[in-house]
Amino acid sequence: MFLVTRGAEVSAAAQRRTLPGFGLTMGVTLTLLSIIVIIPLAGLFIKTLELSPNQFWSIISSTRTLNALKLSFGLALAAAVVNLFMGMVIVWALVRYRFPGRRIFDAIVDIPFALPTAVAGVALTALFAQNGWLGAPLAGAGIKVAFTPLGIFVAMVFIGIPFVIRTVQPVLIDLDPEIEEAAASLGASRWHTVSKVILPGLLPAMLTGFALAFARAVGEFGSVIFIAGNLPNVSEIAPLLIVIRLSEFRYADATAIAVVMLLVSFAIIFLINRLQRWSQTRGIAH
Amino acid sequence: MSETLPLRDLTKAKESSRSEPALVRYIIIALAVTFLTIFVVLPLIVVFTTAFSRGIGAYLAALAGEEALAAIRLTLIVAAISVLLNLVFGIAAAWAISKFEFPGKTFLNTLIDLPFSVSPVISGLVFVLLFGAQGLLGPWLLANDIQIIFAVPGIVLATTFVTFPFVAREMIPLMQDQGTSEEEAALSLGASGLKTFWRVTLPNVKWGLLYGVLLCNARAMGEFGAVSVVSGHIRGETNTMPLLVEILYNEYQFVAAFAIASLLAMLALITLVIKIILEGRLERHHSDH
Repeated sequence: MFLVTRGAEVSAAAQRRTLPGFGLTMGVTLTLLSIIVIIPLAGLFIKTLELSPNQFWSIISSTRTLNALKLSFGLALAAAVVNLFMGMVIVWALVRYRFPGRRIFDAIVDIPFALPTAVAGVALTALFAQNGWLGAPLAGAGIKVAFTPLGIFVAMVFIGIPFVIRTVQPVLIDLDPEIEEAAASLGASRWHTVSKVILPGLLPAMLTGFALAFARAVGEFGSVIFIAGNLPNVSEIAPLLIVIRLSEFRYADATAIAVVMLLVSFAIIFLINRLQRWSQTRGIAH
Repeated sequence: MSETLPLRDLTKAKESSRSEPALVRYIIIALAVTFLTIFVVLPLIVVFTTAFSRGIGAYLAALAGEEALAAIRLTLIVAAISVLLNLVFGIAAAWAISKFEFPGKTFLNTLIDLPFSVSPVISGLVFVLLFGAQGLLGPWLLANDIQIIFAVPGIVLATTFVTFPFVAREMIPLMQDQGTSEEEAALSLGASGLKTFWRVTLPNVKWGLLYGVLLCNARAMGEFGAVSVVSGHIRGETNTMPLLVEILYNEYQFVAAFAIASLLAMLALITLVIKIILEGRLERHHSDH
């Protein structure tokens, strides 16, 4: 009897489950995850299956839906490009240079993450409206920002600021200075060193930050709708169209648009995972 | 002295091989500072100047109104419940994922991160499709007189959905780094599982846990899109602070809208300050090991 118990203990230890609580914590994890995340998301796809392919297609290919999707994806892409370029400028200044207020500027990079989106929305609108601090001079120059697609672009740039900076920053800090010194001592110009030696090493992080900023901007709602103007076919983003269809009780339309957006988001996550694996294998190769 | 000079020259040469010409440096710094000032600093300043544009009396009156107080109360309740659920889930998930090996771990990690990549509006929509009048469970809920959508439970669910990864995300890598040897030692000395967690695991990860809770709380109090879809905007009942900002703004009550917004902006600023302090602690804790 004694021997049997000992044997069971040894085999349990051999399974490396020496710590208790696996069953309990795994149970809690799966139960909560199912109730809060998996079942609700699955419900969206089940609702979509109630639509015939023709219905689905006619919703997605209607002019208003197409325009909203084009606007959301197009402007999010443009904003992510700006975030990539300005993100690199800012992260370079923060990591490589010393200037007054550097630590404060480093800290406020996270404001777009931390500030509730509705607050960002009303603040950007007040700033860029025709009587706003920036809107008034811009209007004088003939540029109207608030209540136009340009306003949506501004809000999307705001919401995407932290991504490229925060993904590139740790990589740039950890970069081995000897590589640059070697390149310089071998006669490479500074621009050559930066573009051929440093930037390739940062590329996976840059692309990850770019993809994250794009994904965030596509789905963004709160900071965009105040400044957007929300004119159908002109300045109406896809998430807003979902809300409008819901308020009209056109659930099928809302669901179809949501599924398209969700599938694109999943494709982006897949891409980011591949990027991160790519950067890890590059790290090993170094 | 003469011996140190060449060394200093060498360091200088090394430094300059790693830096750009002064003009390029100034342009990069100027671009960075201007961009962050326009897009981040000015919006923050606008919030506070508009909130106080009619004086402190009007500001306080806007915050002391019945509607504002109801919204603040609801926001606090919803955030408290979401943070609690997040804590339970985060600790359980971190324990299971970081201390054990099992098939499908990567997939489970991906599932936990999922809410981060879903548009806030869709995060609300999924609950309307499930619990709304036309939803999958709608008829059953109606028959049993349970209201979830356009009521507080829906707001809690949507908020919990969008914040769900926060605590788990912070805890899993920390607890993975810690390994299992300390816990195994405690257990072999006769401590119970719960006591081991409380006395050994928790002290090691407390700053990370607090960090996760902080971020979760900030997002829960500020969530707009998801909550807006499920709330129904019933005044005094299902309006959280961000929703009230929208309503007041659309009614051209700018001072009142920005007064509520200023509270949320303060929350964001305080969150950032605590975050920086916690990051310092986390780093120190890390270098101690």
